[in-house]
Amino acid sequence: MNLSLTLNGKLIQDDIPADMVLLDFVRRHGCYSAKRGCETANCGLCTVFLDDVPVLSCSVLALRAAGRKVTTLEGLQEEAAEFGAFIADQGAEQCGFCNPGLMMNAIALFRENPDPTEDEIKAYLAGNLCRCSGYEGQLRGIQAYLAWKKENRP
Amino acid sequence: MIHFTDYKRPTSLQEAWELNKKKSNRIIGGMLWLKMSHRPGQCAIDLSGLGLDTIEETDDAFSIGAMVTLRQLELHPGLAAYTQGAMKKSVEHIVGVQFRNCATIGGSLYGRYGFSDVLTLFLAMDTQVELFEKGILSLADYAAMDYDRDLLVRVIVKKTPLRLAYESVRITKTDFPVLTCAVSFGQEGLRTAIGARPNRAKLLWAKEDMVQNGTIDAASFGAYAQEMIPVGSNLRGSAAYRKALIPVLIERCCQQVGGDRT
Repeated sequence: MNLSLTLNGKLIQDDIPADMVLLDFVRRHGCYSAKRGCETANCGLCTVFLDDVPVLSCSVLALRAAGRKVTTLEGLQEEAAEFGAFIADQGAEQCGFCNPGLMMNAIALFRENPDPTEDEIKAYLAGNLCRCSGYEGQLRGIQAYLAWKKENRP
Repeated sequence: MIHFTDYKRPTSLQEAWELNKKKSNRIIGGMLWLKMSHRPGQCAIDLSGLGLDTIEETDDAFSIGAMVTLRQLELHPGLAAYTQGAMKKSVEHIVGVQFRNCATIGGSLYGRYGFSDVLTLFLAMDTQVELFEKGILSLADYAAMDYDRDLLVRVIVKKTPLRLAYESVRITKTDFPVLTCAVSFGQEGLRTAIGARPNRAKLLWAKEDMVQNGTIDAASFGAYAQEMIPVGSNLRGSAAYRKALIPVLIERCCQQVGGDRT
């Protein structure tokens, strides 16, 4: 079936099977940051933005995204690099497999709530599982980034 | 993982209903539970194009389209005010924000899942469902019905004045609940919905003598619910544990809905 959507600012047209999920579609088009983890819609590794809203791409039919805007971490390079440096500074990742999903959802949080409390950060990121870090480093990285943003806000 | 060979986005409810008559076709809501099914479907019917993704609030009611996501319910200021925060409380532990941006109220209520926090809360309010073929019926009746091929179009919550509270017990924060409990208290009386029993949530009205002059006898109501609401065992908890939890959650909810407890 024919699908047309905007992926990271670029119009993409493709012929795909009816049951292809968005995760497989974005990976087919070179966006490997989105990953298949749990396959039960629990881990958050496959997080992408659909019209700027974070969704689990493993559970969205690609055809449902027809005519819409899909963004992966590859499409957020500047924003992601800036934030990612703070995560790296804290040594907050080990295998790094969960990191793109975490960064996508954290960026969604910053856009929705630029000044979240620790509880709000934890609640928003509850759907991003990490089996290496224990989350403390990630939390420190997020808080350090937010503090830096606050200081540098015009 | 479910497989489809075709995908349709109907432009009318009639068209969706016609497509759904065929047993091998499937309506997709959030697709989160459906995608884990191994039953092959022929055609995925996507209701995204029918404008069912909005919450309309009037003086008397909320009209919630079947494709409204759990995240929309969580963030809606009118629902937050009407439910005194219980709406958010009932969905905030459901996996994560991304999941709740996908999961729909239609999928949650059509599925009538035993583990459903959403079904539990909506049962405790004056909730009706609008079906394409059968029209409007109460959620309590719908929850007791067998699955059929009718379309769930929208959910209507009447703004009956009531106090509402929601509690659940989970082994870990984002897991399925071990038990869910909603209590509402208004002019019509005191009622509770208990879910994750682990079967479908069940509604129970308090006996008249459990509320006297606005005073709730939470202990009697808890004991009554413990007696009347059947529970079972699964991997998350035994029937005995669930039975013990019922009066505890009812007591906590009664504290929130007010009335001077005895």
